[in-house]
Amino acid sequence: MKHRYLVYLAVALALVAALIGAVGCGGDETTTTTVEPASTETTAPASTETTATGPSGEPVIIGAVVSATGPASPLGEPEKATLLMMEKQVNDAGGILGRPLKVIIEDDQSDPQNAVTAAQKLIQQDKVVAIVGPSISPSALAMKPITNQAKIPQLAMAAANAITDEPPIDWMWRTPPKDALAAAKALSYVSETLKLTKVAVLHDENAFGASGLAEIEKTAPDWGIEIVAKESYKTDETDLTAQLNKIKGANPEVLVVWGTNPGPAVAAKNMKQLGMDIPYVGSHGIANKTFIDLAGDAAEGVVFPAGKLLVPSSIVDPQQKAVVDQFAAAYEAVVGSPPPTFAGHAFDALGLLLSAIDTAQSTDAAAIQTALNETTGFTGPDGVYNYTPTNHDGLSIDDMIVVKIEGGSWVLAE
Amino acid sequence: MVAFLRRHVAFLAFAVVMMGLPFFTSNTYYLSVLAFTATRLMTSLGLNLLMGQAGQISLGHAAFVGMGAYGSAILTTRFGMNPWLAMVVAAVVAAVVAGIIGIPTTKLKGHYLAMATLGFGEIVLILLIQVKSITKGTDGITGIPSLAIGNLVFTQYNPRAMHLLLWGVALLMLRMSLNLADSRVGRALKGLHRAEVAATSLGVDATFHKVQAFMISAVFASIAGSFTAHYVQYISPGSFTLTFSVLLVTGVVIGGLGSIWGAVWGTLVMMILPEYLKQYEDATNLVFGILVIVIMIFLPGGLVSLGSALGKLRTRVGGRDRRAADTSDPGSLEGNARRPGGAA
Repeated sequence: MKHRYLVYLAVALALVAALIGAVGCGGDETTTTTVEPASTETTAPASTETTATGPSGEPVIIGAVVSATGPASPLGEPEKATLLMMEKQVNDAGGILGRPLKVIIEDDQSDPQNAVTAAQKLIQQDKVVAIVGPSISPSALAMKPITNQAKIPQLAMAAANAITDEPPIDWMWRTPPKDALAAAKALSYVSETLKLTKVAVLHDENAFGASGLAEIEKTAPDWGIEIVAKESYKTDETDLTAQLNKIKGANPEVLVVWGTNPGPAVAAKNMKQLGMDIPYVGSHGIANKTFIDLAGDAAEGVVFPAGKLLVPSSIVDPQQKAVVDQFAAAYEAVVGSPPPTFAGHAFDALGLLLSAIDTAQSTDAAAIQTALNETTGFTGPDGVYNYTPTNHDGLSIDDMIVVKIEGGSWVLAE
Repeated sequence: MVAFLRRHVAFLAFAVVMMGLPFFTSNTYYLSVLAFTATRLMTSLGLNLLMGQAGQISLGHAAFVGMGAYGSAILTTRFGMNPWLAMVVAAVVAAVVAGIIGIPTTKLKGHYLAMATLGFGEIVLILLIQVKSITKGTDGITGIPSLAIGNLVFTQYNPRAMHLLLWGVALLMLRMSLNLADSRVGRALKGLHRAEVAATSLGVDATFHKVQAFMISAVFASIAGSFTAHYVQYISPGSFTLTFSVLLVTGVVIGGLGSIWGAVWGTLVMMILPEYLKQYEDATNLVFGILVIVIMIFLPGGLVSLGSALGKLRTRVGGRDRRAADTSDPGSLEGNARRPGGAA
């Protein structure tokens, strides 16, 4: 009897697994089916062009690892949609080096172990020229030794400092602004715009918050900033008045809160209840609507560093504006919603890679490596990229903006 | 000698095939899939012992794999401990924890046991994420050293040596499991599974044997985790979630609950089929899910019962000798050979 119970349980589990799979695929299906109508519109003019300068010969194969399913799928899905969209665009416009572009996308299911197998498959089985991705930092750190050993250029779309800070970085570049850049942007705002010097830091005890605190402590003296108090909280704490009262006692001029939701929203509410009216500077961890929903009125006036895609009107550089407008329109036509930040990371990663291949006029790994290291002024949704042999981050502090919450939406603070 | 060969033909054939594979391919992709298959098999064998033999369910086995992986990672990167020693220490810790957890939980049954083990798995996951000073939280641990014997280093870049090491250990565990099933302990566990009251009345110490099974399966899982950590050289908490525990249980069940060869076939299918299905791109998960359901509906005894199911079908359709179909499958042969030894 017990045996039968276990079998029933297993059937139930299998059903759940299948359902998760079906839901995951359902999401993907919508993206692929929506590609169809858009493609018929764009292929018509392109196909006539193809006869003139159409891509021919062996395809240039580029691999991609994204978290299309699993907890990180909000990152991986827009990235995947962007890569598929670009593959089509490039091929419609004559391919790369006169050859068709083929992007092979692997799903790491948000698990670094799957990213390892995916990287091995792309390199060994598909003989890819280079790899775009992965979406999440753990997968990037797990794949790094593999692409380094195989000498395959890899453009990660993840933010942990270690990806490009710790050697070996010869074959690893990244497109999103790294965590340290956001901390620098927040401090520069405090020092240069607010012209304040006494800062209190309230941070989450998780990886994100702790790395933020470390970065702030390291660079505060450079900005002439003194940290008068630092307090921490656990991710799931629902009341931060104790920490805020302690901070209040230290008389800071500004409070920096480094964490992801819901902590920062709780802090904003508690500050209001305690009548603390010093400026609230958040992190890029609250660059989403969830923070505004959770904090409600208390969100008003909060500022935080973010990428320019969050406030498209902040993009003043005409070249970048043209790129972003074109990208946003194309993305919206295919997917049906404006591109999130993550879509921008993918657009930049594949764009940088194709540009490097074009510059090198070769798919040879060493030639691509040289071309990537010499990238200057490449403009994409995330900003302007300048890679050097020792700087594989590309972006600078000018590529970030400080956003203020006003009337429940985002506006440029500076 | 002949009798020995006949008794162990399935195991020997399997061992020769698995150990021989790297001499036919040097494709590191295939070998990396097989490497993860080996570590998964180690975990599945332990879980099969617990679920199939002792009739206990665990929805928290990812925790023991995580304890092995993190134990090895922390001891080697922080304290510079020898990787082999770290593996042993981590396994001992996992066994002790399993013992402590096992005494109260193995008294539970059915849903309650499932919930208790699920809770344990979640607690360990939360600790891995939150005790940042030791585990580095969601950042994960980088730079885990490779296993080595003298100058022979076992890494992803030396895939043949790695394959032989991982499959050597996995086959050793398989042999141990097969021996255990036929031993006094195996019979006691089966007795408890089928009729606990009857077994207890015959002098089988229920709690002792269940906790023992729990501890052995934790050690298998921990060793698998340690090997994974040294193989990937990076670990993060995201690999040890409830999803992983569920996948482990699914593998054991679709293979054939209660049969050790079932755990083997189940693991092979769970690890290799999704890679093969990757050609269907977006539909991979859907096709895989449907296949799992089909297996459960038509082969409730798991993949290991495929031979006898086909045999039955053949006798029904064409009236051919069903023994031919039965013996063609080494799994069912082993299963049949063991059955008289069980407590049925």
